[in-house]
Amino acid sequence: MTLSAQLAQYVISGITIGCIYAMVAIGFNIIFNSTGIINLAQGEFVMLGAMSMVLLSHFHIPFLLTFLISIVAVGIIGGLFQRLVIDPLRNESMIVLVFVTLGVSILLSGSVMFILGKEPYLPPAMISSQPIPFLGTAIDPQYLVVMGVTLTVVVLLTLFFEKTILGQAIKACSINRMAASLVGINPRKMIFFSFVLSAVIGAIAGIVIGPITMMEYDRGPMLCLKGFAAAVLGGLGSIHGAVLAGLMLGLLESFGAGYVSSSYKDALPLIVLLAVLFWKPTGLFGVTEEREI
Amino acid sequence: MGKKNLIAVLVLAIVIALFPLLVKNDYYRSIMVFVGIHAMVTVGLALLLVYAGQISLGHGAFFGIGAYTSGILTVKFAANPLLALVMGIVLVIIVAYVIGKPSLKLTGHYLAMATLGFGWLAYIFFNEQTNLTDGPSGLIGIPQLSLLGIELDTDLDYYIVVWLLLLIFLCMALNITRSRVGRALRSIGDDEIAAESLGVDTAKYKIQVFVLSAVYASIAGSMYAYYLNFVSPSDVNIFFSIRLVIMVVIGGMTNVWGALIGAAVLTIMPEVLTIFEDYDVLIFGGILVLMMIFMPKGLGSKLASLETLIQLRHSRRRS
Repeated sequence: MTLSAQLAQYVISGITIGCIYAMVAIGFNIIFNSTGIINLAQGEFVMLGAMSMVLLSHFHIPFLLTFLISIVAVGIIGGLFQRLVIDPLRNESMIVLVFVTLGVSILLSGSVMFILGKEPYLPPAMISSQPIPFLGTAIDPQYLVVMGVTLTVVVLLTLFFEKTILGQAIKACSINRMAASLVGINPRKMIFFSFVLSAVIGAIAGIVIGPITMMEYDRGPMLCLKGFAAAVLGGLGSIHGAVLAGLMLGLLESFGAGYVSSSYKDALPLIVLLAVLFWKPTGLFGVTEEREI
Repeated sequence: MGKKNLIAVLVLAIVIALFPLLVKNDYYRSIMVFVGIHAMVTVGLALLLVYAGQISLGHGAFFGIGAYTSGILTVKFAANPLLALVMGIVLVIIVAYVIGKPSLKLTGHYLAMATLGFGWLAYIFFNEQTNLTDGPSGLIGIPQLSLLGIELDTDLDYYIVVWLLLLIFLCMALNITRSRVGRALRSIGDDEIAAESLGVDTAKYKIQVFVLSAVYASIAGSMYAYYLNFVSPSDVNIFFSIRLVIMVVIGGMTNVWGALIGAAVLTIMPEVLTIFEDYDVLIFGGILVLMMIFMPKGLGSKLASLETLIQLRHSRRRS
C-alpha cells in the first residue's frame, strides 16, 4: 500500500471513530448543561442503539422502520431513566448521582446480556457494503454514512437550540434555571427532554457505528470514557467543542494504532482524558466558568 | 478505638477463630478467604468513600498492581514471595501518589471518571504487556507465600493469614476514624470548603487516605495471587473495581464495619446463588440502582433512623 493510501485510510477511520466520540460527547453535554450531571450511562445508549437494531433485524421490517423504532425505544429508555431515577434523586448529593448513573449503566448492559448474551453482533447496515475506491484504497461506504449522519445531527442540533422554542427553553434552563422557571419554563420537563435527546443521539451513534465495529453488551463503559474525554477536551457544555475534540481523539487513536502501537490504541484517549482532567479541566476550547454542580 | 468497636473486634476475632473449628469443608473455607481478601480492600475503600467522601472507581487497579507485581517478580524473576509483596506495596504507593495527587483535586463525577480512566489504563497494560503479564490468558504458576519459613499451602493457612491481616487493617482503620485524622476526613466528606476554611489541610488528608486504601488493595491483591497461584486481567478489570465500590455502598456508607459486611454479602451470594453466575452484571447494577433510589444514605442510615424512631416512640410513651 502506498503512503498516501495508508494516510487516507488512517484519516478516514480516525474521523469516523471520532464522529462517534463526538456524538457521545454531545450527549454528555446536553445532560450536563441541563443538570450538571455527568451521565455515566451515556455509552450504554450507543450500545442500546446498535443492539436494538440487532434485535429488530429478526423481524424483517424495512431498514428505515427499524432505525426509527430503535431511536424511539432508546429515547424512551432515556426518558424513563430521568423520570424513574434522576428526578426522584434530584436533591441528593453528587456521590449518589454518580453511583446511580453508574448503576443504570451496569443495569442496562446487564439487561442486554440477559437478552442477547455475551457475543458480539453485527447490526444491519443502511446501505450495501460495496467498497468505494478512494486514493488508492477502498473504503466501506458505511464510513461515509457515519460522517454524513454526524454532520446532520450537529446541524439539526444547532438549529434546534437556536431556532425552536423547545430548544431555546432547554438552553434557557441550562443558563439559569431559576430565571427560566420565572418566565414559565418547567425545568424538570426540560431536563426530561434533554435526557431523551441525549439518549436518541447516543442511539444514532450506535446504529451507524455498529455495522463497522460490531457491538456487544459491555462496550458502553469504554465509549463512555472516550466520549467523556472528548467532552472534557472540547470544554464541557460546548457542542462544537465536542465535535472538534471528538475528531481529534479519533484521529489520534487511528494514527496511534498505525504508527505507535495497535495494542495500546485504546490507551491513548484515556491518557488524553487524564492529562486534560489533571492539567486543564476546562478543556482546550472551554471557557473558564464557575458552575454550580 | 472506642469501647463499642473494641467489643465488636473481639467478637469478630472469636468468630474468625471458631469458623475453621466448626467448618471443615474446604470450599466454604475458600469462600471465606475471598471474603477476607475483598474485605481488606473495602475497609480501605470505606475510609476513602465513607469518611473522606472521595469516589474511586479504580481500586481494582491497585489490587491488580499488587497481584501482578507479586506474580511477575516471583514467576519471571524468582523473587521471594514476601519480598515481591513488599515491592508491590512500594510500587502501589508511588502509583497511588502520582495518580491520586492530581485526581483528588477533582470532585464528584470528574474524580469518578479520572479513577475509572486510570483503572482502565491499568487493565490495558495488564492485557497488552504480554512479556511481563502473559496477556489476557493470565499469569500462571505463581508460587505459594511462605512466612517465617512455613509455606502456606492449604485453605486454612490462607484463611488464617488473610483474616489476621484483615483484623490488623480493621483496627488501624477504626483507630484512624476516631483520631484527629479521622475527624479531618469526616469534615472533608461533609463539606470540603468548610473544612479547608477551618484550617484542615484537605489535600494532605485526602492523598494520605487514598494511598493507604491503595496499599490495602495491593496487599489484598498479592494475597489473591498467592492463594490462587494465578491472576488474569479480567480478575482486576473495572467491573471488579465497581463491584468493590458496590460492596462498600451495600454496607451502608456509615462506617468501616459496613464495608466488611458488604464484602461478605457480595462475595458469598454469587457463590451460593447460581443465578449470580450468569446474571451477575444485571444483579449488581440492580442492587446499586435500588440502593441509591430507596436508601441513598445507605442501609446504615435506614437502621439508624429506625433506631431513633423507636427511641422517640419509647420516650413518648413514657411521657
